[in-house]
Amino acid sequence: MLSINNLHAAVDGKPILKGIDLEVGAGEVHAIMGPNGSGKSTLANVLVGRDGYDVTGGQVVYRGKNLLDFSVEERACEGIFLAFQYPVEIPGVSNLYLLKAALNSVRKHRGLSEISAVEFLKLIKEKIKLVEMKEEFLHRSVNEGFSGGEKKRNEILQLAVLEPSLAILDETDSGLDIDALKVVANGVNSLRDEQRAMIVVTHYQRLLDYIVPDKVHILANGRVVKSGDKTLALELEKRGYTWLAQNSDAAAAPSAGV
Amino acid sequence: MFEAVQKAYVDAYEGAASGLPGGSIPWVRRVRESGLSRFREVGFPTVRDEDWKYTNVRPIAKQPFATAVRDGVVVTGVELPEHAALESHRCVFVNGHFIPDLSRLQKLPDGVTVMSLSDALRQGVAELETELGRFVPDALHGFAALNTAFLTDGAYIRISDNCSVEHPIELIYVCALDGEQPQVCYPRNLVIAGTGSRVAVLERYVCAQQDRYFTNAVTELVARPSAQVDYYKLQQESARAFHVGGLFVHQDRDSTVTTNNIAMGGAIARTDLHVTLSDTGAHSTMNGLYIGAGRQHIDNHTQVDHRVAHCTSDEFYKGVLTGRSRAVFHGRIVVHQDAQHTDAQQQNNNLLLSRDAEVDTKPQLEIYADDVKCSHGATVGQLDPNSVFYLQSRGIDQDSARSMLTYAFAKDVINRFAIEPIRDELEHHLTLTLLRGKPVGEPA
Repeated sequence: MLSINNLHAAVDGKPILKGIDLEVGAGEVHAIMGPNGSGKSTLANVLVGRDGYDVTGGQVVYRGKNLLDFSVEERACEGIFLAFQYPVEIPGVSNLYLLKAALNSVRKHRGLSEISAVEFLKLIKEKIKLVEMKEEFLHRSVNEGFSGGEKKRNEILQLAVLEPSLAILDETDSGLDIDALKVVANGVNSLRDEQRAMIVVTHYQRLLDYIVPDKVHILANGRVVKSGDKTLALELEKRGYTWLAQNSDAAAAPSAGV
Repeated sequence: MFEAVQKAYVDAYEGAASGLPGGSIPWVRRVRESGLSRFREVGFPTVRDEDWKYTNVRPIAKQPFATAVRDGVVVTGVELPEHAALESHRCVFVNGHFIPDLSRLQKLPDGVTVMSLSDALRQGVAELETELGRFVPDALHGFAALNTAFLTDGAYIRISDNCSVEHPIELIYVCALDGEQPQVCYPRNLVIAGTGSRVAVLERYVCAQQDRYFTNAVTELVARPSAQVDYYKLQQESARAFHVGGLFVHQDRDSTVTTNNIAMGGAIARTDLHVTLSDTGAHSTMNGLYIGAGRQHIDNHTQVDHRVAHCTSDEFYKGVLTGRSRAVFHGRIVVHQDAQHTDAQQQNNNLLLSRDAEVDTKPQLEIYADDVKCSHGATVGQLDPNSVFYLQSRGIDQDSARSMLTYAFAKDVINRFAIEPIRDELEHHLTLTLLRGKPVGEPA
């Protein structure tokens, strides 16, 4: 589904990604771990096409197409979804309004007609159960005055409604207490299926107790320095990121250019 | 400056005076001549006047505009705003003159008088003698003085005591002037809401085509004790037209007046809103929304006078500006010495959608009492690129994302407008017309 080949990217002229290679197949859940500044969030932002993240080399092929050619909204309509680490607050735009506008944009792109008001409400009422969200949140402005946990649940609600092919969760566990983490993880797990791939970006192994990945990749200094199965995350948790530094040229030589 | 033009207006008055409605009635003449003498005295304002510092009226004052006459008014082909959802009593004026054929006043309830000012002047309606011109401040600028000098037509609305009017009364001013010869209209309205009465009035300015003309309007609104008035001014003049308007509100004891001042049209558009809270318990809500595009210049000057104790005022103006448009907001709150326990709030927020749009916002609080609660705030900002990106990342294209956020910015003031079709119209204008994005609708 997603094939990343020798991807280089820079922010403000500073190289952050220095040759990422990654293959993600349909139905797979990949975890990307790594210390702060290793490029995890940069990778997530590059995939959705955020301004200011400049691709300086390499390729990203998504379902046979060159992803980097697409605008932000085209990527979303093509089925890429990023659950943000820090979702923005949008006063004046209700949650329900955003969900409907987003869903209709995606449907339009897929050649479907606009969803009827009745069908839409039925769908939403079903989806909010997944993230155990109260109905009143639908009528509030997007994320305005939401707690950290509520914001993350709201991201997962959007994910559930838009049903993307590739979901990227950027540090979805950050700032969550254990109860909120379980709710979010349950929501995500219920959305796992054979057609959908997921990339779970996280600093800690804790989330992976609940969202069990098929593969784990460790990023350091803009490269994937180690890949393995779920046991890699456990090992990393036990031995810490310093263990990597001793094992990786890339991490050991942070000043090395590209 | 502009002396020759000033003289041309004075001469035009001298020539027209006896032919104006009620021109033979001494008190009517006195009112007009008080306006004329004020105009002779002050002429047109210049940027040296503090109240006109940011609005240069040279394009209006550099040539005399001829008074648009009633004869030859073409009433066919004039498109009036139609709202299926808005049931109203309607007065239509074309080029400043009342046109009964286009109006709809058959269903006015008992206790409500709506008539053209020129008819009321000709008939010598007694109330006009005591009330007309009484509520405009003495220190009037030249434009309002000129309106008084040439006052001819408009609406005279009288709501009897304890009368509640279910449907809004619409005053629609259509300009259908070809712009070949510069012409001016002088709409003049007097609205008196009797004790304990309740009414909504919608004053709307539209054009038949995008031509250059000048509207110089004055409205006096009086709310007697405990009256409740919801007043709308919806200015949608031609983008080449000039509009200078005054809305002078006088409130008696325990009255509640909400003014909703919406400005979208005009090359140069200026509105002066002046609210006088003259007796205790009066409450004024001042809502405003101005939307500028192209090279429009939109100026709103507001003043609320708290003359006595225990009155409240709440002012909330928002502006959305794109292109090279420019806006001015000047909000003055005067709390007089005896006005203890005044509660006066003011807020002005502006959204600039383009690099070349500009706004000058100036709150001005003058407080001579010592036990009051007053606050004000002004902001100028842009759309948050993070919010635009967030919406795009959910599949919403950039134009629609910007539309949604622009509408979201203006929504809290729009939601204060009680008449729903007006809210819908503004949503449409903001999301579809202004940004040329796709219309977006709230889910049911």
